[in-house]
Amino acid sequence: MSSMLRRPFFWIIALAVTAFALAPVYGNDVSLRESLLLDALYITLASNLNLMLGYAGYVNFGSIVFFGLGGYICVWLVNSYSWPLAPSLIVAGVGVSGLALIFGLGILRLRGAFFALATIGVIEAVQAFVENFTPWGGSAGIYLSGEIFKPLGGPAHALWVIYFMMVAVMGLSLYLSYAIKTSKFGLGLLAIGQNEDAAAILGVPTSRYKALVYSVSAFLPAIAGGLYFFKSAFIQPSDAFDLSLSTEALVVGMLGGEGTVTGVAVGAFLYEELRGYLLTSSTFANFQLVVSGALLLLIVLFFPGGLMGFVYSRFPRTQKVLE
Amino acid sequence: MLGIFASIIDGVLVGLVYGLAAMGLTLIWGVMDVINLTHGAMIVAGMFALFLLTSALGLNPYAALPPVLIGGFLVGVALYWISIHRMVGRPPLMSLLSTFAVNLVLIGVGTAVWGTALFNVDVSLPGITMGRYTFPGAHILAAVLAAVIAAALYLFLQRTRLGKSVRAVANNREAAELVGIPTTRVLAISVGLGVALAGLSGVLIGTLFPFTVLSGDGYQLKGFVVTVLGGFGNPVGALLGGVALGLLEGAVTPFVPVSWTLVIEFVLFVLVLIAFPAGIFRSRRGAL
Repeated sequence: MSSMLRRPFFWIIALAVTAFALAPVYGNDVSLRESLLLDALYITLASNLNLMLGYAGYVNFGSIVFFGLGGYICVWLVNSYSWPLAPSLIVAGVGVSGLALIFGLGILRLRGAFFALATIGVIEAVQAFVENFTPWGGSAGIYLSGEIFKPLGGPAHALWVIYFMMVAVMGLSLYLSYAIKTSKFGLGLLAIGQNEDAAAILGVPTSRYKALVYSVSAFLPAIAGGLYFFKSAFIQPSDAFDLSLSTEALVVGMLGGEGTVTGVAVGAFLYEELRGYLLTSSTFANFQLVVSGALLLLIVLFFPGGLMGFVYSRFPRTQKVLE
Repeated sequence: MLGIFASIIDGVLVGLVYGLAAMGLTLIWGVMDVINLTHGAMIVAGMFALFLLTSALGLNPYAALPPVLIGGFLVGVALYWISIHRMVGRPPLMSLLSTFAVNLVLIGVGTAVWGTALFNVDVSLPGITMGRYTFPGAHILAAVLAAVIAAALYLFLQRTRLGKSVRAVANNREAAELVGIPTTRVLAISVGLGVALAGLSGVLIGTLFPFTVLSGDGYQLKGFVVTVLGGFGNPVGALLGGVALGLLEGAVTPFVPVSWTLVIEFVLFVLVLIAFPAGIFRSRRGAL
């Protein structure tokens, strides 16, 4: 840890998180806060997807399952058992991570493209389960009463608390990505991403690492899901398992440069700002999927290294500072 | 008892159509190791072509097959040049992402134009009655047409010179190039054929069930399962895999809610892959 403190990148993350937390506080800017909350959510989802996609080279089309399940567990605990927010979030994170470990041990025996196809199946399976699961309201979902915001000091205050928690989750995601990348575990994952057979021969415990990273990449998105749906006070299967959010996390990862910490975060920020613009503009409101699709195609075809690939090649020195 | 029997027969009929729906996917997969994630969208394109041709031009539903075959082929060749050509030979994940991107664009345009409303094409054909059960004529005709199209594809691959070059390219692209086969053109034609097959199956499915812009995903998922069951690029295998899937659905639907069938199929997909890790595929590859 002390060696981490001497690295400039550690402080760059700290600075970014502080800026996020403080920006809307000045002038009490609520609309800026809402926009930054979505930025923080996208950065969280994309950074954790990047652990699978960028490090281990496994495409996970179903990363949204973690977010949705986390949301469901949290909202359900708050609604049916009147749990406070914090323990519900922790149970959501731990529970979804545990489930991911069990799923992962099964489907991670599949390699490459087959794994990617199986993750599509995971979305279908989880969504079918939730739609038929009566304690969670089936396809109608769960509504929370306004009472839930009382312990957080009323709705207006609660929204600020949720915002700061989301920014904290974003910060943890960035540090997690960074810590894993500089660890032996991360080195093993990168080796798996390069050549899984060679990595196994050189002694990387590939199946254990893959299942572990799948489970780890579920933890913070589940908590983010809990926060997000607690804030909406409403959850239903079509929102919780919205495939387009999964997709956007992939687009963001490729846009910023898969396997990098900075690129994915910057990519998520830029993409979410662009999306916000498109959604509010009358011309593009219906074409959001088209825009993300076209963007993804252009990146995959012409800039497979993404934003950071470009930055690294133009300014090689940045590689030493920006992970 | 007769209910289950009837359900199984209908499962076989629908299964043949599933087999056709998977055929285009497995052909492209087998020939160039590219998983075409636009397949579902192309099936939906076939459905909407059927809808437009029957409602706007008043065509007989089955008369929509030839124009969809030609249009699908052209779209497929365009798809090859846009999203697949640069990806052949690169890691398979890249083509997965590039076809996925095109799929997003297609689905995005589709939902912007048609929304997610349910569309329906009425087909009135006399059915065959057995006791208290009637097998709809549309199901029988769709199954027969699916089998005919599969047979035509089989003959094309086995007997014609172009079909043989498709198999040669699937077997070993470098060797095919060495003996003078224009591999790029063959790859483009294969994608054209794959998409045309997707469109044709879309037309046939459109005569059986109501559909939305998003229906393609379910059939694409079934296509993965069929590919795993039937092997790569093999039209007969795809048909058999489709029938197996249809049988499973027919046997299962009387007992579990419909929303679970996809889940059961996907569990099967994962189990088959785990039981034969890369095995049935690798031995099948190039054995078109």
